[in-house]
Amino acid sequence: MSTVYFDHNSTTALKPEVLEAMLPWMTQQHGNPTSRHVFGRNARDAIEHARTQVASAVGAQASQVVFTASGTEANNFAITGIAGNNEPMQILTSSIEHPCVTLPAMAMQMRGWQASSIAVDDQCQINMTHLEELLKSPTHLVSVMLANNETGTIQNIARISELARQRKAYMHTDAVQALGKLPVDFAELGVHAMTISSHKIGGPLGAGALVLDKRVDIQPLLYGGGQEKGLRSGTENIAAIVGFGTACALAVNGLGTYASHTSALRQTLESGLRKIGASIFAEHSHRIPNTSFFAFPNIEGETLVTALDKTGFAVASGSACSSDSTEPSHVLLAMGIETDLARGAVRVSLGINNTLAQIEAFLLTLQNEVKRLRDLTAIAA
Amino acid sequence: MTVHTPIYLDYSATTPVDPRVAAKMIPFLTENFGNPASRSHSFGWTAEKAVEEAREEVAKLVNADPREIVWTSGATESNNLAIKGAAHFYSATKGKHVITVATEHKAVIDPVRELEREGFEATFLQPEPNGLIDLEKFKAAIRPDTVLASVMFVNNEIGVIQDIEAIGNICRENNIIFHVDSAQATGKVAIDLEKLPVDLMSFSAHKTYGPKGIGALYVRRKPRIRIEAQMHGGGHERGMRSGTLATHQIVGMGEAFRIAREEMATENERIRMLRDRLLKGLQEIDEVYVNGDLEHRVPHNLNISFNFVEGESLIMAVKDIAVSSGSACTSASLEPSYVLRALGRSDELAHSSIRFSIGRFTTEEDVDYTINLMKSKIGKLRELSPLWEMHLDGVDLSKVEWAAH
Repeated sequence: MSTVYFDHNSTTALKPEVLEAMLPWMTQQHGNPTSRHVFGRNARDAIEHARTQVASAVGAQASQVVFTASGTEANNFAITGIAGNNEPMQILTSSIEHPCVTLPAMAMQMRGWQASSIAVDDQCQINMTHLEELLKSPTHLVSVMLANNETGTIQNIARISELARQRKAYMHTDAVQALGKLPVDFAELGVHAMTISSHKIGGPLGAGALVLDKRVDIQPLLYGGGQEKGLRSGTENIAAIVGFGTACALAVNGLGTYASHTSALRQTLESGLRKIGASIFAEHSHRIPNTSFFAFPNIEGETLVTALDKTGFAVASGSACSSDSTEPSHVLLAMGIETDLARGAVRVSLGINNTLAQIEAFLLTLQNEVKRLRDLTAIAA
Repeated sequence: MTVHTPIYLDYSATTPVDPRVAAKMIPFLTENFGNPASRSHSFGWTAEKAVEEAREEVAKLVNADPREIVWTSGATESNNLAIKGAAHFYSATKGKHVITVATEHKAVIDPVRELEREGFEATFLQPEPNGLIDLEKFKAAIRPDTVLASVMFVNNEIGVIQDIEAIGNICRENNIIFHVDSAQATGKVAIDLEKLPVDLMSFSAHKTYGPKGIGALYVRRKPRIRIEAQMHGGGHERGMRSGTLATHQIVGMGEAFRIAREEMATENERIRMLRDRLLKGLQEIDEVYVNGDLEHRVPHNLNISFNFVEGESLIMAVKDIAVSSGSACTSASLEPSYVLRALGRSDELAHSSIRFSIGRFTTEEDVDYTINLMKSKIGKLRELSPLWEMHLDGVDLSKVEWAAH
């Protein structure tokens, strides 16, 4: 039995064209981009080409792209680096951010900073009134994600940037889950810094970037050989960077097809889910087209996810990074969802290769599993 | 056998990926693409299993416990994590003084400089003219508030091997956390962390025929060493280093380190023979100086200064071989190598130095070609050099007073 992969917000399969672009850099080509001989120069050229591809995918200049090893690193770099050695003030993050945004902000509290959290409504959207209230205190940096990894909700980042800029604060957005799923334009969003990642868009693990307005004074996270204009030391991961560049180009070209395909699948999925009694989270918000986050009352998400794995469907119960813990999703709690219902959360995140037949098979299996688990619960009670 | 130019003799900058490593990585780029942190399905489990097997291979090469290995994106990150992480964690109890060496890689020097900006004090020990540390001078640098020492195992530019065991013992006696950058050591010198008194050790894959973008930090468990995480997030790597693990790269590093463990003894013999052949050939040229101790040195490295030749024209003249002048990471600048300067070499000799670094795919033909090329090019460059002419005329150039213009 081959398993159907419905966990694309966790990581995606590498696109064949991406692998093809990477292979020469994993086999014959082996320069260190800092070296001045021909091996090094070829490697340097490949990186600069990828930088152009990444930049043009997000409406930025090539010189604004700083390559990192991951989205996590780029988020840490943005938060810790923009705070830097400035006079401690407030850092605002939303209550639904990935831990790699909130935890660096919390860590800055040890250095005298105040980390505050912006509330969201029951549709996972930023509470603008609360944001404006918080911005009355001197604020150095605001970080709000463009699309949420669990619910898929898209925030009005352009508006949030405007509010932040009015208060002279820097604005960062984590666009890891947005890239390749909706048009992302660095300039239009009005942010100073934006995080993107390769492995969520059919690129390899091991590459990410912080797109950065060069006027921002930022402190590096890694010191050493002075790569990436001194902002990120460490020998460049050429194969991964080349793959990231190719994946960006493909994602932008395929965006229209991707959006119409996944949103059609999701529509079928969600109308089926409603029929069998699921609550769909943030369903009235503006969401990326591939994500559906739902729960069945009185059924543990972990139990359901395990049962689904056994029947051939790979889905997630929350974000992969925190699925070690059995704590209910912090995103759902921030939305005011009851803890019991939140514990039931299951996330389906679709990809371009998923099919209508898979959705139909999934709904059938889900219906059976939900019934089976309900019967078990009834017996236990 | 024909020689393909340019000949790659820059293995200390980066090594080609061994074909066996690439073959092992590719399935994790295609069918096994799961996120190792996904606990809810088999894609995640397969990836996690591969990550743990690779961790065992890395641990085995250095005789450590797999639980002591933390994945990073490379030796630069490992060095940053070890130095800043340990200094921050222990400064409150132990103090704010750090000892390192002037000839360390920038990925050690620069994090230490950052600590200085944060209010730490640092001693940058000067090595002896052969590149090695005088243990008495190391002892003398220790202060009651010394919290951390960082000394590289093998130098990237001159290949000299420091006496890590002796330095580690001094650190133990003085209750100092000891970090070792081993980016250039794996597969070249035997490393036994059960015996070596080392608390933290940095590793890189791409200097040992593995892929770029992956490294590891050894963090001792007994006695347990603590570090402050430098990257926060999903809590991967027991909270010491967050970020989705790049499975294919980790698998590649594991395979590269397995090959290193199994083949290093025979490989190093072969490389030593090639290095001796290269050295012998180059020593037939007049006025060449080997930089760094020849005995306490990995066989892969030969760093030589060619006197009476101008550095930039030397590099231009030897385009058929890919070598580096100074370390790759600083060769974008025209400053003479700070490592050679620390050995007391003049600017002129430092400028006219070449690092030849030999590796797994270097052949005898490559070496012979290189010797002939160097002989012919050095000869031609010296023919053009007025300094060389003066030298032949018996003028002591160090005593010449040059007219300003």
